[in-house]
Parts: sequence; structure tokens; C-alpha cells
Amino acid sequence: MVDQTTLWIVIIGLGIGSFFLRFVFTGFVGDRAMPAWLLRHLRYTAVAVLPALVAPQVLWPAANDGNPEPARMAAAAVTLTVGLITKNVLAAIGAGAVTLYGLLWLLG
Amino acid sequence: MPITTVKSAYLKGFADGAPFIVVIIPFASLFGLIATEAGLNVWEALTFSVVVIAGAAQFTALQLMQENAPTIVVLASALAVNLRMAMYSAALTPWIGSAPLWQRALAAYLTVDQSYVVSVAEYERRPEMSVPERMGYFFGAVTPIIPLWYGFTVVGAFLGARVPESWALDFAIPITFLAMIAPMFRTLAHVVAAFVAVVASLLTVLVPYSLGIILAGAAGMIAGAATEKWMERRHG
Repeated sequence: MVDQTTLWIVIIGLGIGSFFLRFVFTGFVGDRAMPAWLLRHLRYTAVAVLPALVAPQVLWPAANDGNPEPARMAAAAVTLTVGLITKNVLAAIGAGAVTLYGLLWLLG
Repeated sequence: MPITTVKSAYLKGFADGAPFIVVIIPFASLFGLIATEAGLNVWEALTFSVVVIAGAAQFTALQLMQENAPTIVVLASALAVNLRMAMYSAALTPWIGSAPLWQRALAAYLTVDQSYVVSVAEYERRPEMSVPERMGYFFGAVTPIIPLWYGFTVVGAFLGARVPESWALDFAIPITFLAMIAPMFRTLAHVVAAFVAVVASLLTVLVPYSLGIILAGAAGMIAGAATEKWMERRHG
């Protein structure tokens, strides 16, 4: 059980902190020009941060106590492949979900 | 700016954000479910989702609170997981930095992985978009996502432990993120950035407070930028 005081401090603190992180550039920098070298790096934000977030979850999923698990790995590979080929987010998600559930069921 | 183009940008954003409905529903439900397992009531779970709207950070905070980690550690860890939002904020600024302050503040609150990725992809595809159109597109993209994030937190909290673990809801987010980034590999620089980030994140997985993600993300961005520069020089 989570302590009530802690919970509300965390909710409010996390709310304020998260908003600050999201507002720090859009809000405070606004339409002032940013240097070219910085913009060059920012172009790669999504393709760097999201794979970094996902990679450990694919290889060592917490739901399997951090051990590699074939259905999740295959689902990740299929999602990425279908996404690369079709460039269609929904098709990639669908293919990944079908692979995940199909293999979880087969390997049951 | 004619209202019609802003409206069509909004509708285009709505259409491009809609596919995420299929993953936001399980992910939000999972949060509501785990929150009730941790002893939160429906109202507390909903407030958490409305105030913070950041799935990964919310899961991190819940887990650490259950482990009775010191409050400051809970906050620091969850904010570290959310540090990427500052990167998104920076990446959005060249596109929407000149919008009115209230719109930027609202967009900041609504900056999540999905809205950021979908919007920047569209801005890069159509650089001729005006700032009001870009804001319209952004708000369109979050319209099908955010209300469901709130709503299904509540549904998950009500369903509670009735959802079996075998549904593998934990994997909704990795699949979404992979599906989102796949269409973004347009140049060698994008591929290098992702590859370096993946290797770095696997190497830094033991770094505390999820800071490995930030280190790995930064490494990937540096690699991408360096590759871009190298390609420019090669092609003159």
C-alpha cells in the first residue's frame, strides 16, 4: 500500500516537474533562433530516444522477470519490419500484436 | 490565416493520431489496474493520469512507491524517465516557438511521445505549414489520444485485478514505439542514430533512475548529427 501523503506529493511534484520539462524550450525559448548545431542534434531526438527506451524492454521484459522471451522479441521484430516496409503505424501495430498473441498462445 | 486550412490541419492531425487509440486503451487500462493494485482508489488513479500524462513515468513512480523508496527518489526517477520530454520540447520549438504563449503552454501539457513524433514527422514532411496550421495539427493529433488516456485509467481501475497477466498489456508500448519510429528511418543518419542509441541503452541498463535512456538518447543524437555532417561533406 502506498502512503497517502507520499502519493499526493508525488502526483503534484511529478505534475509540476513534467510540465516544466515539456515547457522549458517551447515556452522559454519560444521564437528565438537556436544554433544550427543544436538543431542538427534535435532532428535525431525521436529516432534515438524511443529505441533507447524500448530496447531493454524487448530483450529483458519485466513481465518475464527480465529474462529474454521469444514472443515479445518476435513481435518487436515483426512490428519494426512491417513498419519499415509499409510505413503504416496501424499495420505495424496490428502485425506486432498478432505475432505477440499468436506466439504467446502457441508457446503457451 | 484562413480558418479552413487550420481546421483541415486539425482533422489531418486527428486522423494521424487515431491509430494510437488501439494502444492507448490497453496502456491506460494497465496503469489504472496497477494503480488499484498498489492501493490507489479510482479518483487518485485518474488524478495521477490527468496531472502527469506520462505513462512510463507514472509506472516508475508507482513501482518505487510500492517499494517504499524515499519520496525524493521517486520524484527524481520518474522525472528522469520524463527527461526526454525536454528533448521533445526542444525539438518542437523551431516549429511552434512563435505560437501564442497559451497555445505553447497547452501544447507543453499535451506533449507525449505520440503527439511529438506524429507532429514533427508532419512538420518535416510539409515545411510550408504555417504556425497556426502546425498548432492545429498538434491539437488534432492529441484529441483521439488524451481523453482515452484519462478514461481508460478509470476503466482499468474499476476492472482491477480481473485482467489476467497473460494479456501481455505491458508490451503495448514497445510495439507502439517501434511502429512509430519505423517510418522515420529516412537517411543513413537516422539509422546510425537509432543503432547507437540501442547499443548505448543496452550497455547503460544498470545505470540508476533510468538515466541510461537519457545517456543513450544523447549518444544516438550525437551519432545522428555527426553522420549527417559527414554525409553533407561527402556530397559537398
